[in-house]
Amino acid sequence: MTANLSLILAAAAMIGCGVYLILERSLTRVLVGLVLLGNGVNVLFLIASGPAGRAPIVGEAVPSAMSDPLPQALVLTAIVISLGTSAFVLAMAYRSWQLTGHDDVQDDVEDRAIRRLAAADQASDSFDLSSGEAEHDLDMPEEERRSR
Amino acid sequence: MTWLVPLPVILPLLGAGLTLMLSRHPVLQRAVSTSVLAAVVAIAATLLYQTDRHGPQVLWLGAWQEPLGISLVADRLSALMLLVSALVTLAVLVYSIGQGMTGDERETPVTIYHPTFLVLAAGVSNAFLAGDLFNLFVSFEMLLFASYVLLTLGGTSARIRAGTIYVVVNVVSSSLFLISLAAVYAATGSLNLAQLAGRVSDLPDPVSLVLQLLLVTTFAIKAAVFPLSFWLPDSYPTAPAPVTAVFAGLLTKVGVYAIIRIQTLVFPDSPLTDLLLAAALLTLVVGILGAVAQTDIKRMLSFTLVSHIGYMMFGISLGTMAGYSGAIFYVAHHITIQTALFLVLGLVERRGGSTSLIKLGGLARLAPLLGVLFFVPAMNLAGIPPMSGFLGKVALTEAGLRVGTPLAYAVVAAGMLTSLLTLYAVAKCWNLAFWRTPEEAHGMARELSGLDRRATSRDVVRHRDHVHAGASSLNARDLDEARSIVDEGDGTNQDLYQLADQGVLPTRLPRTMVAATGALVGVSLALTVVAGPLFGYTERAAADVGDRDLYISSVLPEGSR
Repeated sequence: MTANLSLILAAAAMIGCGVYLILERSLTRVLVGLVLLGNGVNVLFLIASGPAGRAPIVGEAVPSAMSDPLPQALVLTAIVISLGTSAFVLAMAYRSWQLTGHDDVQDDVEDRAIRRLAAADQASDSFDLSSGEAEHDLDMPEEERRSR
Repeated sequence: MTWLVPLPVILPLLGAGLTLMLSRHPVLQRAVSTSVLAAVVAIAATLLYQTDRHGPQVLWLGAWQEPLGISLVADRLSALMLLVSALVTLAVLVYSIGQGMTGDERETPVTIYHPTFLVLAAGVSNAFLAGDLFNLFVSFEMLLFASYVLLTLGGTSARIRAGTIYVVVNVVSSSLFLISLAAVYAATGSLNLAQLAGRVSDLPDPVSLVLQLLLVTTFAIKAAVFPLSFWLPDSYPTAPAPVTAVFAGLLTKVGVYAIIRIQTLVFPDSPLTDLLLAAALLTLVVGILGAVAQTDIKRMLSFTLVSHIGYMMFGISLGTMAGYSGAIFYVAHHITIQTALFLVLGLVERRGGSTSLIKLGGLARLAPLLGVLFFVPAMNLAGIPPMSGFLGKVALTEAGLRVGTPLAYAVVAAGMLTSLLTLYAVAKCWNLAFWRTPEEAHGMARELSGLDRRATSRDVVRHRDHVHAGASSLNARDLDEARSIVDEGDGTNQDLYQLADQGVLPTRLPRTMVAATGALVGVSLALTVVAGPLFGYTERAAADVGDRDLYISSVLPEGSR
């Protein structure tokens, strides 16, 4: 199989940037990252379909000159699914902003418990690494405590 | 009878559309979704009988020429998974109807619960029936989308926080699935499982290893195998009880099923045995250590869920018939038992106002039936003879000993340890939430909250930043909780003792909820009673998945492999 180098580079760049953005705190950036990642993966399917050819419509070209239609159908499905996902993540980011005034991804309960333990333990190094701006999530948000 | 095969997917989808249209008529909505799921149970039972008698049932959708279309395949393994999952979803649906559907919150949108739940059921069925990888991907997306909605029902702060992590993790894992699909297609030119079975073995070893690693990693995220299990214990406990129950029962098992399918059909001579065994060992041990440390029953059960996935991974990674048979039996057992326990917790939350061990006490006297409903599945989970949990663990242990490598022995030992620690964890819950009196519970909370002033006390030992009280260890957050309980001025956080004092707790539980929970507990006990025939069946199912030619020849005719 021969592959198109420019497609590979484009996919690598998009997936790389997508992963970088997913590691951000703000859910909106995470969303942009997910969209980039999804598009990079779609380009991978174009690579998997082999060299480009004529449109795969019966009567338009002989079958040997057509490009492979199956990956295109798969990509179409993936695009529809990622549209739905984006809409849902956007809604969650908006709801998070309504509730807390920001859309940062919050630490999970276990992480917070471990950080408190580290903060109380003079001998632990891990607290120094996570101190500073993360200090404000040491305690559980007020709403969450009330809902428990 | 192959026309039966797509019905477990089509019926719930049609039902979802219908219930969406009927959103103004809750009674009709309930009738539609209950009858749809009851029909799926009947169909799954028929399929089970059919596949056991006449071999795999295959349907090519749309009657396309054979290797071109989408195939749905029901063999013994899928039929058993279908039946168990259909039973469990039906029980959970009845339970949530009894709960008044809205869950515990008033603001939960009632109208979307039923359609979403049916889409979830359709996705789970489709995953068990999918005959090609892309269809498997689509079914994962169906059930994930439904689960996103169910997990964030009502959009409360805690659920949005947990939902964010859950959604992002699952979208990333879906992208990984797509990447592996692209790689599989580029390498073999097909996504049909039966065709892949023939083609992957012709690939060079490194290529097939990469494909295998990609697919197994993807499914391991869904199945919550350590170290890819981090997302589960945080996201599941925040959802409403029936939602958590159905997630815990089914969603991880879909991942386990996919791993069984891939490992047996596409990569039968797996070079990953040792890696998977090590993952199984770590899943068992790390999961149960997490469970032991919890002071909330819901979180504790989420950790045991992760831990017990290790048993199934153990059976799968052995790669022997006995291993697969034990793993399949354990999946069936664990789906029912884990769902039953989470349903019981929903009842506990309703009756006692909380699932926190600091707040609960005396439930065995307040609600004896609830005590029985918790005790039986809890002991079953820990593997007390003669129940099905014990039998499943015996089968897996035997399979492990028969393989006899040092690593297999190590995992068997870890399995024993996990079983013991599970017993410890559920016994702790029993002692604190059910056995001691509410006065004792309140007394302990008082004692804990007073710790700042008194350095030491009788039963309470302070150590660094956490506290040992009796057999349990409590961290700073639990102490905060104890303080806020005892704090009389602020009445937002109260334990069972205070709530019972004010008489705000319901004294009766809705009959439908209790009946649904009781039915599931009954099913889990029935698994023990029919364990002999069931083991016969799982052995035949394991022999089926071990014999690739049967699957391939029933899906594809001669010449199109």
